[in-house]
Amino acid sequence: MGGKARTGDLGFRLGTGVFALALVLLVVAIGYELTRQSMLSIEKFGWNFWRTTTWDPVTGDFGALPFLWGTLYSSFLALVLSTPVALGIAVFISELAPGRLRQPLVFLTELLAAIPSIVYGLWGIFVLVPVVRAMETAAPDWLRQIPLFSGPPLGVGMLAAGVILAIMIVPFTASVAREVLKSVPIAQREGAYALGATRFEAIRAALYYARTGIIGAVMLGFGRALGETMAVTMVIGNTPRISASLFAPQYTMAAVLANEFTEADTDLYLNALIEIGLVLFIITLFINGLSRLLIWSMARPAKALGVASTVPAEESAA
Amino acid sequence: MTRKILSALFVGFCALSVLIALVPLAFVLFFVISQGIGAINLDFFTHRPVPVGEAGGGMANAIVGTLIITGLGSLLAIPVGIMSGVYMSEYAGSRLAGGVRFAADTLNGVPSIVIGVFAYGVAVLPFRQFSALAGGLALGIMMIPIIARTTEELLLLVPQTMREGALALGATRARAVFTVVVPAALPGIITGIVLALARIAGETAPLLFTSFNNPFFTTDLTQPIASLTVQIWAYAISPYEDWHRQAWAGALVLVMIVLVCSLLARFATRRLEQLSS
Repeated sequence: MGGKARTGDLGFRLGTGVFALALVLLVVAIGYELTRQSMLSIEKFGWNFWRTTTWDPVTGDFGALPFLWGTLYSSFLALVLSTPVALGIAVFISELAPGRLRQPLVFLTELLAAIPSIVYGLWGIFVLVPVVRAMETAAPDWLRQIPLFSGPPLGVGMLAAGVILAIMIVPFTASVAREVLKSVPIAQREGAYALGATRFEAIRAALYYARTGIIGAVMLGFGRALGETMAVTMVIGNTPRISASLFAPQYTMAAVLANEFTEADTDLYLNALIEIGLVLFIITLFINGLSRLLIWSMARPAKALGVASTVPAEESAA
Repeated sequence: MTRKILSALFVGFCALSVLIALVPLAFVLFFVISQGIGAINLDFFTHRPVPVGEAGGGMANAIVGTLIITGLGSLLAIPVGIMSGVYMSEYAGSRLAGGVRFAADTLNGVPSIVIGVFAYGVAVLPFRQFSALAGGLALGIMMIPIIARTTEELLLLVPQTMREGALALGATRARAVFTVVVPAALPGIITGIVLALARIAGETAPLLFTSFNNPFFTTDLTQPIASLTVQIWAYAISPYEDWHRQAWAGALVLVMIVLVCSLLARFATRRLEQLSS
């Protein structure tokens, strides 16, 4: 190879590498900047910021536990509601649906992911919340005795937030789970059928084989729910309190940022809000990183070797 | 026998799941279209917002604003995204490529509101000024990982023989990539960019405290600027019936943008698949 060609190659590698490196540095810069901008709050409150529940901009007393609680509660609720449906969809599209139906169904579920959060929120305020309110009003008294369903029927609150989040994360979990199921070797199913398994038993075996990736898919949906902002802000009721009740209006980390960021009139207030953003960043980073590792451990061999090669994927997975 | 019943129940549950997911989709689309159609008119596209109580008014300034901010975002994201995508596919085995892939997927999972906080810290706070540029930065950061990953995946689909042919003719690697490999994948990459644009045009959270909002027409990039999504948000949480109607009209426009882009992309990928097979 000539000297000129080598220099050209090196220049190419450096030229594209700079942009690639910029992408990595961007993630680092986000973490650095958020930390730097929340120093006031970190120094003043320390861990108490995440252990106390007072949120009073007037006296400058900030405790963010209710927001953390609301974020985790609503996302967990969404996870519980969406997981069975998302896995059902993934199995239906990849294993059961006739070939003709497959593409349109993929398209429709992806459309569910493409609708903007603000549109879900608008629909949430004017359609979902009244429906939830009617359901809450209709709830019998004995049910209301249970802490999970206590409180006045407002419509806005944890239940509406969980439902709308569930709708929004279903397509994410479903599409990743579908991808993961695709990486399960055909021989796995054929073997099950050959042993006389029913469809359910064969698919259960495939799901079990793909369990790592499936858990990754579910976690990825959870990560999405944690950071979802507009739709949740519009239906959760925006009240900072810790309540187990599905009927109670609550608050999330993303929602408090959306509502109060432009109102922050002191540096400490702004720093407290940015610290909430920082922790949201760290939590989603952790959840996403973990879920990617789980998914990659399943699906990457097939993808990296190109679409046509299912056989090498089988070997490397075995 | 019980095994067969169990199996049938399972198949039924899976089919039901699809229906359960499609019901909200149908409901959302139904309400957006039925409420939006009634509220939308020519004024919506040609006028700026009017105070509550006054008839007419529209979101013309917000539509222009959304175009400007997404345009700014693309200016940042398309070069960075495509170049990092090229790096990831060309040096697929290298340690940096693995790191970039992970960083891209991580960035893709960072909540949009957090990206907004970051853009506020670097592009609003130092100048004490909300601006279209800050909004463009936030949206650009969100587009980068989508474009990078799409580019990488599509470049890996280009047959190795095409690259080898170019190299055999004495082309440098850069030349082979930019005159043979990238053009072969270009239709797909453009599809990916269109999809990224559609997704990003619907973002609200990263704009709330970067580009903020503005009731007037502006093309000054250093000033706050209106966007469809932030305007919908402002109207949706207001107590006025008129403004709610405007919000639905805005939602209809947004959903139409997303629908048209998705259909175009689907059509384009189909053509690509037919061509390559």
